[in-house]
Amino acid sequence: MENFSNFLFMRSEVSLLVVILILLVYDLMAGKRGMKYFQPVAIALLAIHTLLHIWPHEAGTAFGGMYTYVPMAGVVKTILNIATLIVFLQAEAFNSERMNNKKGEYYFLTLITLLGFYFMISSGHFLLFYIGLEMASIPMGTLAAMEKQSKKSAEAGAKYILLATFSSGIMLFGISYLYGTTGTLYFADMPALIGANALQIMAFVFFIAGIFFKISLVPFHMWTPDVYEGAPTNVTSYLSVVSKGAAVFALALLLYKVFGNLVTQWQGILYGLIIVSITLANLFAIRQKNIKRFLAFSSISQAGYIALGIVGGTAFGMTTLVYYIFVYLFSNLAAFGVIAIIENRTGKINIPDYKGLYTTNPLLSFVMMLSMFSLGGIPPFAGFFSKFFIFAAAIEQGFYILVLIAVINTIISLYYYLLVVKAMFIDKNEHPIPSLRTDSYNKASLIFCTAGILLVGIFSIFMEKIDLFSFAILQ
Amino acid sequence: MLLSLFAAANRKQVLAIMVTGSIALVAASVYLVIRYVTENSIASGTMLFTSTHMWYKPLNIGFSLGVDGVSVAMLCLSSVIVLTGTFISWNIQPLTKEFFLWFCLLSLGVFGFFITTDLFTLFMFYEVALIPMYLLIGIWGSGKKEYSAMKLTLMLMGASSLLLVGILGIYFSAGAVSMNILDIANIHIPLDKQLFFFTLTFIGFGVLGALFPFHTWSPDGHASAPTAVSMLHAGVLMKLGGYGCFRVSIYLMPEAAEILAPLFLVLTATGVFYGALSAIHQRDLKYINAYSSVSHCNLVLFAILMLTRTAMTGAVLQMLSHGLMTALFFALIGTIYQRTHTRMITEMGGLMKVMPFLGVAFVIAGLASLGLPGLSGFVSEMTIFIGSFEHADLFRRVLTIIAISSIVITAVYILRMVGKFLYGPIQNEQHAALTDAVWYEKLAVVILIAGIAYIGMFPLGLSNMLNQSLALIK
Repeated sequence: MENFSNFLFMRSEVSLLVVILILLVYDLMAGKRGMKYFQPVAIALLAIHTLLHIWPHEAGTAFGGMYTYVPMAGVVKTILNIATLIVFLQAEAFNSERMNNKKGEYYFLTLITLLGFYFMISSGHFLLFYIGLEMASIPMGTLAAMEKQSKKSAEAGAKYILLATFSSGIMLFGISYLYGTTGTLYFADMPALIGANALQIMAFVFFIAGIFFKISLVPFHMWTPDVYEGAPTNVTSYLSVVSKGAAVFALALLLYKVFGNLVTQWQGILYGLIIVSITLANLFAIRQKNIKRFLAFSSISQAGYIALGIVGGTAFGMTTLVYYIFVYLFSNLAAFGVIAIIENRTGKINIPDYKGLYTTNPLLSFVMMLSMFSLGGIPPFAGFFSKFFIFAAAIEQGFYILVLIAVINTIISLYYYLLVVKAMFIDKNEHPIPSLRTDSYNKASLIFCTAGILLVGIFSIFMEKIDLFSFAILQ
Repeated sequence: MLLSLFAAANRKQVLAIMVTGSIALVAASVYLVIRYVTENSIASGTMLFTSTHMWYKPLNIGFSLGVDGVSVAMLCLSSVIVLTGTFISWNIQPLTKEFFLWFCLLSLGVFGFFITTDLFTLFMFYEVALIPMYLLIGIWGSGKKEYSAMKLTLMLMGASSLLLVGILGIYFSAGAVSMNILDIANIHIPLDKQLFFFTLTFIGFGVLGALFPFHTWSPDGHASAPTAVSMLHAGVLMKLGGYGCFRVSIYLMPEAAEILAPLFLVLTATGVFYGALSAIHQRDLKYINAYSSVSHCNLVLFAILMLTRTAMTGAVLQMLSHGLMTALFFALIGTIYQRTHTRMITEMGGLMKVMPFLGVAFVIAGLASLGLPGLSGFVSEMTIFIGSFEHADLFRRVLTIIAISSIVITAVYILRMVGKFLYGPIQNEQHAALTDAVWYEKLAVVILIAGIAYIGMFPLGLSNMLNQSLALIK
């Protein structure tokens, strides 16, 4: 009986697992006609799952502390669900021949990575954390290599797998030292046993490098542009939002809950990494011609901004972090949605191809502009609010110089976001991309993203609700 | 509170909507002035019509509104310029609807900026006003528009980054209890913090007010922008800088202002002088006016930094007068350019005979600019210099004299410009066949001249209103 209640406690994971199993069976049973409806079925199931768990339940642990649940993790899971839902809406590419009809595989592999992220953010033990991480990484490599005919896609998959394995190796090395010095792997017991001795700091650094790889902060970012460019656009968008969001939140949880004693050390590490990430990624982004590579660098710099929320170690910092992920989801997925539509129909993925887009596709370019403005932090779009709050959280702790550098970097980033806007609206083109028609799923996703960009900032309710669940470093 | 009208402006009858909308706007702001004057006689020298709605609880951000004499005056100015700007861009060519949509968004930012009393909202509206500029200049501009648009946007956003840190700094060092400017004014911020954040916010707002040496966006931006946008930008947006400087920097951090004023005074005095000198050197009409704007706007900042009530009243008067004047200039240049397709004074001449109405209007604007008594420029500059001379120390007096001497230079370039292209022989044969202004252009010009003359002839009511409000500051 008691085990049963344990399972009930991790109900969001269980229900996601049910969704995955249903899809798996459906994939096996359905004939050619059934496969036609695979996308709506997957979307419907995921939507039901999202609605069931939209509000977090009370905190607690299961399986003797292996699995711990904080309400904030519930909020983040909801955010990840929404993001995955939007990604599924945009998964038009997997209906086409180009992907060798790997429809079923795409949907449940994506959901398996999502399940991995779930475990990552609600684990109470390093081993479960590691299993979650691997569960997310390995299918992700497969997803990146999904486009069988494309060499780039295969390269992306291979690169991702190799580097992910390498970084997990480093992380495991760190974990083993942590175990060696403390004698436990439970998150709950660890803080009392961690002091600032050299061995533990080394273990900590090894461990944390593994997570930085996932978030792709500079200097752990080398894989990002190649994988983003090579993977199918839909997978890229998933990678850039869900994977990054989950990893950042997991990082925040670990730093707050387990490594609270090393706060001065990790503040120093983050301080440096944030500056380097934001600055380098911005400088590289300026030179990109391929819009997917461009967004890859933009996402690296966004990761730097997100990390600003952690650096203060306050409850408000956590609010702004989660809020930032929430806003980032809409902005980035809107951009990738437009890119995917254009890529699927014309195969064009370079920024110069977008010249004169406004004359032929006013709505698409409008959505793209909103997303660029939101990513660049222009009011009244949501991105402005999330940036402002995350800066406020860092300034509250007196990181004036850090914030000043970050804010100056937003100007650089605005420059390259404006380049895209300029290409679409200002530049003339003899042969612009022809007027495109989109299917209703894509439309729905873009409308949803646009609504998010416009409303999430102006209505304060989202941020205030998130604020209810946040907590500071446990000392 | 005035603006929701505007969101609707997106059909074929855009013009009709714009005109009714902006007339309503003018009416509303006149009504506001009347309400303000009557209420003010009861409770003098405070913010009126304040209202607050809590917005973002965790940061104590409210959507607080409130006006005093200064903001009322600025609102009037903005509404007049939006109206005249609409008239001037009567037949803007490609994408008419989009043009006015962005134009409305720009003015929304401006209006919001003047009525809010909350730091966060203030900052937000500041940025709202910036972004439409990029597209307005980039799409509808002329000359090297893409370069100018990018330069303007990036420089102003750079300024806003300083502002952001400054605003957050003020909020947290005032104990993080309220974002409302009126509340923060009652809290004493530690001096060392004041010094740091005063510098940040003053430079931040100063860039928009063309503070020397951060003014370089302004000539390029104004020269490339379409006429209505130049008008709104030079006429109103640059005033945002001055307004922000004293509403945030000086109002909230008076001690730092006292200490740091000399440094910035030197910069602004240089700016006044330098702007005027640069204007002499230009041949393009828009560049001449843009540099003259730099000079005048620096004078605004200069006067604010004098920290006396008279000088500050003068500063606000100068903001109004320069707003009207420069809008008039840009309107005229725009209409002339539409006919001649050149803005180089060397390529024009004798236009007075061809288009007498525009010519006369141009002369009036020029005279106002160089401070002829009876027009607005005289009143405001006089007030500023009297206010500045209230300081007895040599340092400030010398700087004031330098600033005054710019009037002479202004006379040089204005008269030279007027003489070159209005009088004298006709340079280009084709120009002889050009027509004078049409009714909508005339209407816009008349409204602006009326404004200039009003400030010039009857400054008393206005300056009293401003003077009382400035009691808040000092």
